[in-house]
Amino acid sequence: MSHDHDHDDHHHDNELDPMAARVRALETILTQKGLIDPAAIDVIVDTYETKVGPRNGASVVAKAWTDPEFADWLKRDATAAIASLGFTGRQGEHMQAVFNTTDQHNMVVCTLCSCYPWSVLGLPPVWYKSPPYRSRAVIDPRGVLAEFGVTLPSETKIRVWDSTAELRYLVVPMRPAGTEGWSEEDLADLVTRDSMIGTGLAKEAP
Amino acid sequence: MNGPQDLGGQMGFGPIGPEKDEPYFHAEWEKRALGVTLCAGAMGHWNIDESRHARESLHPADYYSSSYYEIWTKALETLLKRHGFVTQDELLVGKSLVGNTRPKRVLQAEDVPAVLARGGSCNRPVNTAARFKAGDRVRTKNFNPEGHTRLPRYARDKIGVIDAVREGFVFPDTNAHGRGEHPQWVYTVVFDSREIWGEEADPTLTVSIDAWESYLEPA
Repeated sequence: MSHDHDHDDHHHDNELDPMAARVRALETILTQKGLIDPAAIDVIVDTYETKVGPRNGASVVAKAWTDPEFADWLKRDATAAIASLGFTGRQGEHMQAVFNTTDQHNMVVCTLCSCYPWSVLGLPPVWYKSPPYRSRAVIDPRGVLAEFGVTLPSETKIRVWDSTAELRYLVVPMRPAGTEGWSEEDLADLVTRDSMIGTGLAKEAP
Repeated sequence: MNGPQDLGGQMGFGPIGPEKDEPYFHAEWEKRALGVTLCAGAMGHWNIDESRHARESLHPADYYSSSYYEIWTKALETLLKRHGFVTQDELLVGKSLVGNTRPKRVLQAEDVPAVLARGGSCNRPVNTAARFKAGDRVRTKNFNPEGHTRLPRYARDKIGVIDAVREGFVFPDTNAHGRGEHPQWVYTVVFDSREIWGEEADPTLTVSIDAWESYLEPA
């Protein structure tokens, strides 16, 4: 390991872990060459740990549930509608919102890599990027849903959106029954990350 | 390429195993891997398509036994070597040994929020009218390029319907190889599950892809 690394914050890593060593080597070399600013890494990590995550998407969904004009805008031009709430940027440049109905459930996958709407959902979970989900979502979505504890009526149509280009999809789950008159903030608490990928449903009202 | 990344419909990978209350990172090095990858990309010497191609070009055994941040890290080493920013010797000893090319840009900490909030648009004007319109029947091409493509194998030589005409987007098949952006119209094309998977497929299922115009022919 290099001994001239000046970041104390990851010394609790197991120094023998090969990936930790490999990434440390990369960061050290690039920093020594002036190619990267290590403080920029800290800001990136902080952004996706504390600022950009599924709370963004939940507020988009809650607004769509309560504001028909916004829902219509979201349907027509999701990128602009979402940007109006302040959510823009990397891996959210070209957004599409797809709305679940009693007739059709939507599920999103990227079979070819790990495309995911970062601006509204943050960083993808490990399972979303891994071969089991990426292989099965397009051929056996009901089996996939069962693993997430979701069983849809057998007549419900399922549409799987494979994110093969630069469009990023946000699923708008159905609004749970018994939430008439709820505030957007309370509704947002019912909107889970998985419900916006399509591997889950919104939580039921307590 | 018909590489390990092209997973749609493959079998044998086992359960999905969603993790309850999954943390954003499972190790400190994953945070650094994310940051180093984004910072190195921000130098501006390669594009997202070349990055994806570097990842899918890992040996299949390596790809399937690596976590996603491992895949990113290994591909980043390839990109940095290819573009002359690091040498294999440097990676082995873990420190800088030679002075190198200057980068186009260095992403500074204070600029990160604005850069992330801006992102990088991939849509571009296309000078020709869209060849297809919503409702048109199309057949995807049958091809097996050795280079990068975004038409998955399961959706090749299949008949589908144009669900939506999107906009012009950079063409990954050329852009990944430094052969230019050559933007084309992109369409969402929807397929009946039986067209893709055969008679035994779930009849309630439809699958869509987003396809560049040159992937499609009238049907």
